[in-house]
Amino acid sequence: MYRYDEFDHQFVKERTEQFRDQAARRLSGVMSEDEFRPLRLMNGLYLQLHAYMLRVAIPYGTLSSRQMRQLGMIADKYDKGYGHFTTRQNIQYNWIKLEDAGDILQALADVEMHAIQTSGNCIRNVTTDHWAGAAADEIADPRPVGELIRQWSSLHPEFSFLPRKFKIAITGAPHDRAAVKVHDIGLRMHRNGKGEAGWEVMVGGGQGRTPMIAVTVRDFLPEKELIPYLEAIMRVYNLYGRRDNKYKARIKILVHEIGAEKFRSEVEAEYARHPLQSTQVEERELQRISAYFATPKFEKLSRFAPAFEDAKRADAAFARWAKNNLAAHRQDGYAIVNISLKAPGEIPGDATGVQMRVMADLAERYSHDELRISHAQNVVLPHVRLNDVHAIWKKLSEHGLAAANYGLAGDIIACPGLDYCSLATARSIPIAQAISRRFADARREQDIGNIKINISGCINACGHHHVGHIGILGLDKAGEEYYQITLGGSSSENAAIGTILGPGFAYEDVPEVIEKIIDTYLRIRIAGEEFLTTYRRTGAKPFKEALYAAA
Amino acid sequence: MPLLKNNAFVADDWLHLEDTAPVAGQQKVTVTYERLVREWDDLVRFPGLLGVRLGNTTKEYDLTPFLPQLALIILPFPAFADGRAYSIARQLRLDGYQSELRATGNILPDQLQFMLQVGFDSFDVPERFPLEAWQKASRQMSLAYQRGLFRKAGEREVWSERHQGFAPWEEQPHAG
Repeated sequence: MYRYDEFDHQFVKERTEQFRDQAARRLSGVMSEDEFRPLRLMNGLYLQLHAYMLRVAIPYGTLSSRQMRQLGMIADKYDKGYGHFTTRQNIQYNWIKLEDAGDILQALADVEMHAIQTSGNCIRNVTTDHWAGAAADEIADPRPVGELIRQWSSLHPEFSFLPRKFKIAITGAPHDRAAVKVHDIGLRMHRNGKGEAGWEVMVGGGQGRTPMIAVTVRDFLPEKELIPYLEAIMRVYNLYGRRDNKYKARIKILVHEIGAEKFRSEVEAEYARHPLQSTQVEERELQRISAYFATPKFEKLSRFAPAFEDAKRADAAFARWAKNNLAAHRQDGYAIVNISLKAPGEIPGDATGVQMRVMADLAERYSHDELRISHAQNVVLPHVRLNDVHAIWKKLSEHGLAAANYGLAGDIIACPGLDYCSLATARSIPIAQAISRRFADARREQDIGNIKINISGCINACGHHHVGHIGILGLDKAGEEYYQITLGGSSSENAAIGTILGPGFAYEDVPEVIEKIIDTYLRIRIAGEEFLTTYRRTGAKPFKEALYAAA
Repeated sequence: MPLLKNNAFVADDWLHLEDTAPVAGQQKVTVTYERLVREWDDLVRFPGLLGVRLGNTTKEYDLTPFLPQLALIILPFPAFADGRAYSIARQLRLDGYQSELRATGNILPDQLQFMLQVGFDSFDVPERFPLEAWQKASRQMSLAYQRGLFRKAGEREVWSERHQGFAPWEEQPHAG
């Protein structure tokens, strides 16, 4: 894992002091809220429905146990005992006092964390594959480049007042778990014919009110040219992105309005205009960072782990959890453990301070001191010996963390919605809770299989409803919450935007509607077909008939 | 409106001409970009110092042929959140423009260091902030990760510092 050196420490320290001064000026009234707003946003501080909300960056979703414990401490001391992991691999605290913000940023700095650029019209926290460095199918660990981009984008003087927020996602594996095609810039590492590593650079994807799949502007960008090339893209966006209407200000609109070809030629022209400065320092820096992400010293183990197999035979509940929540590790005898933060009836992505400490302890003892946060709002222990999995599961079970629904119907992505968010038009959390209770029956949930149900409480799509196999969008119609259903979305390498099924539904009808959709799938699927496969084969017709046929 | 330059308030000795006002007989004048293009054949013979006032949608590369003759370029920030002029400033400096680059419009202390870093070196600032506020704001961060920024004494580029043997990009002599 990356560790701060003296420069990183100094940088975050100065930034924290700067923010303390800004907050003091605001509290004393010297600075107006209008002037303070972009400054606090650049430090992750929002004013929400009930209180300030602080969003803390978890760069590329990677945490040490020490950092996770500190997040738990902050939840207990400054919030109401819990935090909310988000779809951008961040954590949000919903009950923060402005007076405490400086102390919290200091507590974060103590463990090499910060809240810089988790909001505002700037380059946001870089996200990546939550199985990076562990997944069996990976070409290269994307996190060193994630760290390089984190540093380069931190307080970038040219790109801190962009037309709108800007999100970069990176994947180092052919199977895209980072949803790179629905980000402002998506980077996919691959190798050319000569075996050299480089980037496919995709631009202009996004969700929100105008969902779009990114277009490729470079098939193969040599790895060392990444930073100067990103500068060219950002400059074109900063100069030509729309600023007259915040809903048309994302880079996807620029790409769409001028066309992919014209956009590409603008970027390439900008890139060619100034003679390429030497990238030797960037290359050296990437090497320096990469050393921190060296593969942990794994034991040489057999692929077959007898204690693990015995435990599965002895305990059906453990066997079911292991079947759903483990993923293939590149090292024999190891597994990736996915901890679902989606226990039936709970708030997706929420964890208490106690739960954070439990997960931190498990990571320290069993997972080379590492944890990951996934964009699906779950926690990952990336490097676990198969023979330790049972002990981990027992500990998780004691703390409400052993939901066996990873990747299944109960593993719902949901934004905070109208319960917290000042932008929301409808509630998301209670919808997620009701649906997860409905599919809590283990056998039935298992039978339904892999499915992504995503819920957003407004058109801004923080709950990724556009790319849910089933997407649920909460809207407001004459003061009443109602919910639009989309089907067929996906955020994987076969990314697609879901299609609206038909007229929306009232709040209380949504769980029943989802049940009917899933029953329809179970009825018409061919053996072995997952929900998305069935939908792509049949289209919307059978689902429409099930929902809208005259009684 | 005070003019901030090298951490001090100074008098603005430039005359900012309306499009119809005659240029002849002046020492240091700025004209609009449109006039610069329209009257270039005359302006190029102007014996005093010549500056230009740009909008923030002017294409920087359209200005390239005029750069060697310009002694002042003024770029606007219609709102502090409208960051286009940061990129235009960066392009101008990358293009080799060495003379004064002035920011005007909605300039606030908390954005001052970013503006300095991309190459602005003078600022039309609002009267409500004392000089100390600007002096303090100009040195909030002593470190930057990006390379090729304008730096003052005591400010460092992290990546260049980390890797011995690679000098930072040359420090710009006119960094405000």
